[in-house]
Amino acid sequence: MQLWLIPILPLAGFVINGVFGRRFSKGLVGSVAIGSVVLAFAWALRVILALGDLNTPHVEHYFTWIQSGIVNIGCDFAVDRLTAVMLMVVTGIGSLIHIYATGYMAHEHGPNFGGYYRFFAYLNLFMFFMLTLVLAANYLVLFVGWEGVGLCSYLLIGFYFDKKFATNAGNKAFIVNRIGDFGFSLAMFLILINFKSLDFGTVFGQTAGASPTVLTTIGLLLLVGACGKSAQLPLYVWLPDAMAGPTPVSALIHAATMVTAGVYMCARSFPIYAHAPDALHAIALIGIVTACFAASIGLAQNDIKKVFAYSTVSQLGYMFVGVGCGAYSAGIFHLMTHAFFKALLFLGSGSVIHALSGEQDMRNMGGLRSKIPWTFGTMMCAALAISGFPFTSGFFSKDSILIAAYSYAPWMYWVGVITAGMTAFYVFRAMFMTFFGTYRGHEHPHESPPVMYLPLVVLAALSLGGGFIPIPEFLKQFFPPSLIEENFTLMAISVAFGLGGIGLAYVMYVLKPGMADSLAGSVKGLYTLVYNKYFVDEIYDAAVVRPLVSGSRTVLWKTLDAGLIDGIVNGVGTMSRSVGSLLRLPQSGNIRSYASWVLLGSVIVIVTVVGILGGVK
Amino acid sequence: MTAVPVSWFLTLSAVLFVLGVCGFLFRRNIITVFMSIELMLNAVNLTFITFSYQLKQVNGHLFAFFVMVVAAAEAAVGLAIILTVFKNRNTLNIDEVNSMKN
Repeated sequence: MQLWLIPILPLAGFVINGVFGRRFSKGLVGSVAIGSVVLAFAWALRVILALGDLNTPHVEHYFTWIQSGIVNIGCDFAVDRLTAVMLMVVTGIGSLIHIYATGYMAHEHGPNFGGYYRFFAYLNLFMFFMLTLVLAANYLVLFVGWEGVGLCSYLLIGFYFDKKFATNAGNKAFIVNRIGDFGFSLAMFLILINFKSLDFGTVFGQTAGASPTVLTTIGLLLLVGACGKSAQLPLYVWLPDAMAGPTPVSALIHAATMVTAGVYMCARSFPIYAHAPDALHAIALIGIVTACFAASIGLAQNDIKKVFAYSTVSQLGYMFVGVGCGAYSAGIFHLMTHAFFKALLFLGSGSVIHALSGEQDMRNMGGLRSKIPWTFGTMMCAALAISGFPFTSGFFSKDSILIAAYSYAPWMYWVGVITAGMTAFYVFRAMFMTFFGTYRGHEHPHESPPVMYLPLVVLAALSLGGGFIPIPEFLKQFFPPSLIEENFTLMAISVAFGLGGIGLAYVMYVLKPGMADSLAGSVKGLYTLVYNKYFVDEIYDAAVVRPLVSGSRTVLWKTLDAGLIDGIVNGVGTMSRSVGSLLRLPQSGNIRSYASWVLLGSVIVIVTVVGILGGVK
Repeated sequence: MTAVPVSWFLTLSAVLFVLGVCGFLFRRNIITVFMSIELMLNAVNLTFITFSYQLKQVNGHLFAFFVMVVAAAEAAVGLAIILTVFKNRNTLNIDEVNSMKN
């Protein structure tokens, strides 16, 4: 079915824009970028429709990549039901965000006036790697995509590379991800040693007979990788900083697709986790703690993108809870709905920032409701969805996760609903601070062009109605069955928490605008702690970064590199020079001095042979 | 017939050789230096012939012929070099032929 066409199309876009983009007009660059992704979407759709029920994975083998001893790794792509969902999300959302980005980046020149085509080339490259990741039929090809999206993430976070904070944020994302990738690599080595293969089919077929210790180790190491990529505790710190990139990047990479790769990978590896309940428990635990922790940070942020960044971390935590509780389809379902509403929130906030010519601080916004109505209306749909307002997409997916959490461990459910309340509060806090009250800024807001708000409208429709897409039904046969029964009480409780959060935000930021500040003043210590993100960055800086930097400086640089290695190299040079300068002295260039040396040598030889050794026998 | 003892030949050879060495070391004219080298070669030849005669073996003679051949060749090449040096530098002072150093 030519699965390879799906990732190759964006790659072609990348090559065309990357090589010739400098000479293209903006319209042509945008058409190539959008066209390649839309074609990939169309082809993916065609493939999925043509493959029918997809109960067994459709595998395509292209060539043998590595063959050495027991290692036999092919470049294989596969489509099954999980991949089909991911393909639709990635290409669908990707298309919308590409369209949006042509409007958002329209004023972009960037350093050296190459910003526009560079942006779209990177974005297309990202699509290529993300689709490779999703289509991979073995861990190594998945890893290629995994690293590739990490690279594109780095490139796009540091897109404004003439700004120091952006390059720093890019470096941070890349380095923190290395920790996770280290775990992922170790997991792959373990898999290869124990199962003699990296193919999903082969590996998952052998998990039933493998030792639980090994499977648990593999599961935990994969989780380390997922924590890095999907920004879970303790490796989430890169994601909030990643907002230094342009907003479409935040929406596409750092909300809708790349950061969900960890969830996808864990769900993909469910046969391993099925025999490793401890690892599964760790996933659920990390997920719920991250969800609650990140949501609480989101309560006190003033940068509109930072709020949504912490919200993303928190929602990813929910997905991990879903996967960890064994409700894989609920996790993937939330992945999809989250892609809808979080992409919309980011694109909406991008539209707000665009309208205010770059302002991101919500304290300088307010009252924008009437000035940018399209943005306001669509973002409100997303805000309702993420708050779990009944019958929106977030309501269905979040509830199925929470109900699964209840049957897994009731305390997780309660933490989850409290987090849901906080989520509703901070999202609506952001909405009220941005769109209600009176305008506090100085710019003159203007509505974004249709090319920007039309994708918002599509996403708004998906955010509201996406819950009716029967993803759990579609994935039912794919994942092991989880015993989730509908529970009206639990559902009502979580909805009540969500509405409570919205109501509280309304009271605090619309009815009595001074209340938030006085409340913050009354719990000053706690507020400072949350406002400064629990000082996690500072703690990491003191505990990890500084010792590493100073250790590298004193031991590795000054002692080992400058002292030992440079010392050896310089020493060899100096020694040669001094020996040479000594040897140069007899080379006078004077023939008679040479003759004297010869004479002296002969005399010494004769004296030695005759006088000391006693003559020749 | 054997009135002249071997030691006389060897002494003569040693004296000739030392004369050659001294000439090589102390004379500055290239042609003189060149002749000193020839003198040393011939001193060595005399030693070869002496021992060949005393030991009744032909090896020494052979070596003497080799040395003569080499000396002839060397004379040809060496004189050519000396001519060229003189043409280029207008001097035959060996101390001034030191362009390899400076």
